[in-house]
Formats: sequence, structure tokens, C-alpha cells
Amino acid sequence: MLTTRVIPCLDIRNGRIVKGVQFQNLRDAGDPVTQAAHYQATGADELVLLDVSATTEGRANAVETVAAVRKVLAIPLTVGGGLGNIADAERLLAAGADKVSVNSAAVADPLLLQRLSQRFGAQCTVLALDAARTAAGGWQVVVHAGRKRVDLDAVQWARQAEALGAGEILLTSWDQDGTRSGYDLELLRAICSAVGVPVIASGGAAHADHLVQAVAAGADAVLAASIFHDGQMTAQDVKLFMRSKGLLVRC
Amino acid sequence: MKVAVIRTGTANLASAVAGLQRAGVQAELTSDPDVVRQAQAVMLPGVGAFAAAMAELRQTGLDAAITERFLANRPLLCICLGLQVLANSSEESPGTPGLGVIDAAVTRFTGAVRVPQLGWNTVEPTAEARLLHPGYAYFANSFKLDAIPDGYHGAWAEHGTRFVAAIERGPVLACQFHPELSGDWGQALLARWLGTTC
Repeated sequence: MLTTRVIPCLDIRNGRIVKGVQFQNLRDAGDPVTQAAHYQATGADELVLLDVSATTEGRANAVETVAAVRKVLAIPLTVGGGLGNIADAERLLAAGADKVSVNSAAVADPLLLQRLSQRFGAQCTVLALDAARTAAGGWQVVVHAGRKRVDLDAVQWARQAEALGAGEILLTSWDQDGTRSGYDLELLRAICSAVGVPVIASGGAAHADHLVQAVAAGADAVLAASIFHDGQMTAQDVKLFMRSKGLLVRC
Repeated sequence: MKVAVIRTGTANLASAVAGLQRAGVQAELTSDPDVVRQAQAVMLPGVGAFAAAMAELRQTGLDAAITERFLANRPLLCICLGLQVLANSSEESPGTPGLGVIDAAVTRFTGAVRVPQLGWNTVEPTAEARLLHPGYAYFANSFKLDAIPDGYHGAWAEHGTRFVAAIERGPVLACQFHPELSGDWGQALLARWLGTTC
């Protein structure tokens, strides 16, 4: 049986790991290669590497970082942040990414998802969906590293992305990100029941219990950053806890 | 030693190459059928969609070279779509014949499971399997084989239904999962396969 994945996330800027709250006020948190190797050794099922500054600063993706991480990494690697076209994806995949995630560029041009999927396969095409709560009680899509809200319903966008060929959704709650108060479980339920592709929960996890809640809400995988960065818990610790709650995990 | 890694247009080879390098061997990327015929060991990684992969293999003449190696039971490691193209056909690309060296049709996952299957699943080898050991392997697939062909050992996994995780016969190993992404367990499998090539 398929197990629930626990995925540490490395936010990268200029080849270094950074951590902020709601994508802002970034502080240095170490070397990505050292950290990736550590995560792999301590039970991570997969890694996500996001170039958090790429879209806003218009920089090219962290191709060298991906290549350096790939050498030591024998688990899957998803790379995203500022990815704008097929050529960007090709460079990241050639450097060693297994999947690419796309957010702003796909909102601007939804057919990018179709082109990525036809070229590299659905299993390689990840929609990074950043969603913020609206006054009306739904969620709207957020782009450009959280700086711009667009007039697009998050659930509807998830469905459309799946139809276009996205093979996975990396769902980040903009409201919860960096707050350490748990995932947006209502958002998770809404998206998980709307699509048939796997959904990764992201944004807000601070305790192993938050991860268990996300799985109960339908998540196929749980992503977290600070929980692992600050060394309070390893992925293995988290998975032992999840297993004690009756979840299927690799450990 | 050197492993010839078959390069086709859409393949993401970096992870496969990195896996071989971590196992202490060199990877030589090639789309030359003669290199594939002569190499000590050959890897056929997963590549895009079934029809696109078959079109490329036929156009380059790699189809014949891979078929010869497979039938002669010479060291060959097929990964993900690399396993599926060995079959007669796939529901992914109706009407496109596969290499047809194993008598089976590739089908899509159905029922109440997420597709594609992305993640670590339990691999349970049949009693006679030698290269394949029990453990967790990383899968990234929407399509699968439903039966281990006669004359092969193999391993099973489950995603809504039981499906073929891998098949083996001597130095020929074809995996639905990605050994190069399956951590220490996958690295150990790569090492055992490389051990059959000496």
C-alpha cells in the first residue's frame, strides 16, 4: 500500500536556505546540499526546493543548487519558484529535478501545464497552488510569492489544472504559512475532494499532530519547513508519531 | 565499469545517472543501437508517454537493439516506462504497439485511488526472486502491468489493486518503481543488478 509522504521543504535564495513568515522577512538557514543530505538520512520521503525569490526578482532558477543536491540525493526532488516556460523546466530537469512545480506562470498561461505534461509527463508536472481565504468564505489564488491575489477560485483552478495535465498539487495556505498554527484543513478538504491527483499539504505545520490532521483531511503528503529546520524533530520522528496514530508511513 | 544509459528526447536522465555514479560506475549516455548491443550493461530509464517513447525507439533503431539484449538475457535495467514499453500495448496510447517481448498489456490504475501514484509503496518479491528484496520503493506512474510473465520472477505492490512492481530474469531487471529514487534500498538494488554484469 502507498504510504503518506513526509516532505521537508527548502526555500532557497541565492544558493542558501532561507525561512520567512508569509514569504517575507527571509533569514538565512543554511547550506542546501548539507541540509538535503541530512533530511535524506533522517527519513525524508522526498524533498521540495523552492526558489522563493525567483519570481519577484526575475532571476533564473537555482540550477547549480539543484545539480549539487542531486549528486547526494537518492530520493525524489521537486523544484519550483519562478518557473516560466518549458526551457526553464528542461534546465531544472537536466540538472536533476524529478518534478517541476509552477504557480504564477501557469495562472498567467494555463496551457503551460498542458505543454509541461505532454512533454515531461503528468508525474513530472506539479501545480503549486497558493491560496488565501476570501471574505466570502472561499479561497482565491495568490501569485508572485504571495504578493498578488488574483480573481481565480482556488478549487476551480485545481480542477482546471488537473484537466490540463498537472499530476500533483502542492497546496499552500497563504494565511497559515509560517504561522506554526497548523494547515488550513478546510482548504485541504475542499481541494482533495475536488481532484483525483495527489495533494501535498503545505503552510503552517509546527507539530507532528498538524501533519496527522492534514492526512485526516485528505492530504496524500505533508510538507513542512521550520518543523525540520530548527532540528526539533526529524522526518523519522514525525513518521513514528504518524504511525502511532494508525497512518501508513515508510519507517 | 561503464553502463550505457539510453537517451531519448524527453527522458529525465539526471537522477538515473546520479544513482549509477553513487554506485561507483560511469554512465555513458547513448542513442546508438550498436553501443546498446555491445555495452556490458544497459539502462533504459522512464521516458514521457508510451507512444512518444516507442516512436523514438523505432526511429533510432533502438527497438531492435533493446529487444535483442532482452531476448539474449544480457544485463539490462528498465525503469518505469522502460518496463512498460516491453509489453505488447498500453492503455496510455491505444493502437501503438510496444516492443512486445513480454506478452502483456499495460493498463491504467482505476478505482478510488489517486492517479498518478506518487510515493513510496511496499514491494513484496515472489519467493524465487533474487535481485528484488522486500522494502519500500518510490513509484511515479499512472499505468502498470497486471501479471508477472511466465519465465520471470518478480515483485508485487498494491495501489487499489495488485500490480507488478518489478520483474527479473538473471541480469535482466525491469522495475515499475525508480530504484534511483528509492533511497538506500534502491541503491542496494542497483548494486545487486550491477553485480550480475561482472
